[in-house]
Amino acid sequence: MNLIGQNISYKPDDQFHLNDVSFNFKKGSLYTILGRTLSGKTTLLKTIAGLLNPDKGVISFEEKNFIKIPVWERNVAMVYQQFINYPHLNVYENITFPLVQRKLSPEHIKKDVDEALKTVGLVGFENRKIQELSGGQQQRVALARSLAKKAKILLLDEPLVNLDYKLREQLREEFKRIFSEGLSQDTILIYSTTDPQEVMELNGEVIVLDEGKVLQKGPAKEIFENPTNLKVAEISNDPPMNVLKGSKNLKNLNFENIFLEIPNHFKNLEDKDYNFGIRASEVKLDDSGEEFEIELAEISGSETLLHLKRGNSKIIALIEEVMNFKIHEKVKINFNANKFYAFGEDEKLVSSPYGGSNG
Amino acid sequence: MTKLYTFLKYFFISFWTVFVVAPFLWAVSTSFKDFQSVNSKVTYIPWLDFEPTLEGWRVLIKSPAKGGVDIVEPYFNSIFVTCTASLISIVLGTLAAYALSRFTFKAGFVRNNDITFFFISQRIMPPIVLSIPFFIFLSTIGLLDSLLGLVVVYIVLLMPIAVWIMVDFFNRVPKELDETALIDGCNPYQAFYKVVLPNSIPGLIVAGMFCIIFGWIDFFFAFILTFTEVQLLPVKVVALNSSITPWWSLSASALVSVAPLIIVAFVVERYLSKGNLSGALK
Repeated sequence: MNLIGQNISYKPDDQFHLNDVSFNFKKGSLYTILGRTLSGKTTLLKTIAGLLNPDKGVISFEEKNFIKIPVWERNVAMVYQQFINYPHLNVYENITFPLVQRKLSPEHIKKDVDEALKTVGLVGFENRKIQELSGGQQQRVALARSLAKKAKILLLDEPLVNLDYKLREQLREEFKRIFSEGLSQDTILIYSTTDPQEVMELNGEVIVLDEGKVLQKGPAKEIFENPTNLKVAEISNDPPMNVLKGSKNLKNLNFENIFLEIPNHFKNLEDKDYNFGIRASEVKLDDSGEEFEIELAEISGSETLLHLKRGNSKIIALIEEVMNFKIHEKVKINFNANKFYAFGEDEKLVSSPYGGSNG
Repeated sequence: MTKLYTFLKYFFISFWTVFVVAPFLWAVSTSFKDFQSVNSKVTYIPWLDFEPTLEGWRVLIKSPAKGGVDIVEPYFNSIFVTCTASLISIVLGTLAAYALSRFTFKAGFVRNNDITFFFISQRIMPPIVLSIPFFIFLSTIGLLDSLLGLVVVYIVLLMPIAVWIMVDFFNRVPKELDETALIDGCNPYQAFYKVVLPNSIPGLIVAGMFCIIFGWIDFFFAFILTFTEVQLLPVKVVALNSSITPWWSLSASALVSVAPLIIVAFVVERYLSKGNLSGALK
């Protein structure tokens, strides 16, 4: 009874948009697809919706070949990152549109639409024109339309990306509530995003996509703690995980003429060259630390992002307060060696502070 | 600086308004004159300068047997040909434009843009190039000097305009709108007429207006492809001018023939000022 995809490939030009993607989505679960822009997230969702036909591969749902079923008979719902509603209809008509299309009885429609309006918090907006609504409200209408449909597969394609920061935070909170309350137990919810924080908060099963390929599958926590390779580590962290080329020898870790004590989880590693990974939030300002040059300092919200350079290595430090820095100023920073990841030269995970490895 | 700009702006607009409106005023005044008033001395204001007469207007509806010129029939011919050709052009042109905007065509080296250009090239070509082929074509199928023949030719002239405007319009309608309609249970035809079309009304109005204008003012093909059976208004108006120029009835018929376009302009202008032509889709 699951939504199963096997070896799906889609290559409309000389580049793969989807490259041998397989999945098994169970009813009543939430799946997030994490990937950078152009990684194939939208393509995958459109393939499931039926807007695109893959060149290779099989999609089946409830033991039926899904590819043979045209879009308009698939009973899926989709919310786009652009706020797509029907501009010629008002809010109420927008939400009823798919239900009227299915020729449901007026009483049934009214009940479902009122419920959906309540879930997304748009009661009282029924007669408004779409153009009179703010971006966040427009996206709520789109969401209400897909909820009212009671589709078995609900696809959300970066629904928050075009909203401003504050609204995004607020709607993200609401999404968690809506997903737990407003959905029936046999809905498959698939949510795509570029934002690792969203993935962590929604806390479902994650698929990490890059250049159309599945890099890793697993629960959000697992992706965060044990990314199987450098790419995943970069994609699943914002700012991306810092990479430092260095080596381990008998006594210490060495990169850019910095020597660190070997942390416990690295004790059993072979002595050779590694790509060390460290999260931006684990890079701390420390007067007894090593000297780096500031290339750029960004203040976002209550945090400061420092882009630092030393030798050939560039790293980002995330400071949890607003501070003013001058460009080209030297600062001293320290690394928490206990939080170091080690990736081999083939970029695969060798050791993580949470105990995972590819060995 | 801003004062000078405002002054120059209004000066230029006033100057241009006089430039545009003066010929109309001249035509209105002339249409009420008779032979005497036109040929004696320069006069402008009725009753004061000359004695107005309705002769110039009466001639237009009198049958030739009674010494009139009868532009009523050509008038309705023109309305019929323009409206029919415009309507068919809009319907076919909109469908073609939607297909060109949404689907990818490949036939040898021909792509969507080439097909669009083929349509537009029919307008880029000087009309005289088409005159001989059209003449031979219509005489072969026996539609020379007939309303139907003119409708066929005018569709060739007007459809490129509709395609051109509507392709551009549909390209600005997000593809995701159609896709959402498909996901919401519409088949492709329903998606087109239930969702895309209602949101394309502004584009349809603009395209329709252009079709009507270009159909209405065409003289060249109306002149070449008709003889005695069927006459269109522009040809009839020009034909008024014989050995002596009847300025009064010429003015009157010119005014009558631009009247529909003025009405179209007012209707569209009202629609424009309501703000309905933009902002429906972002």
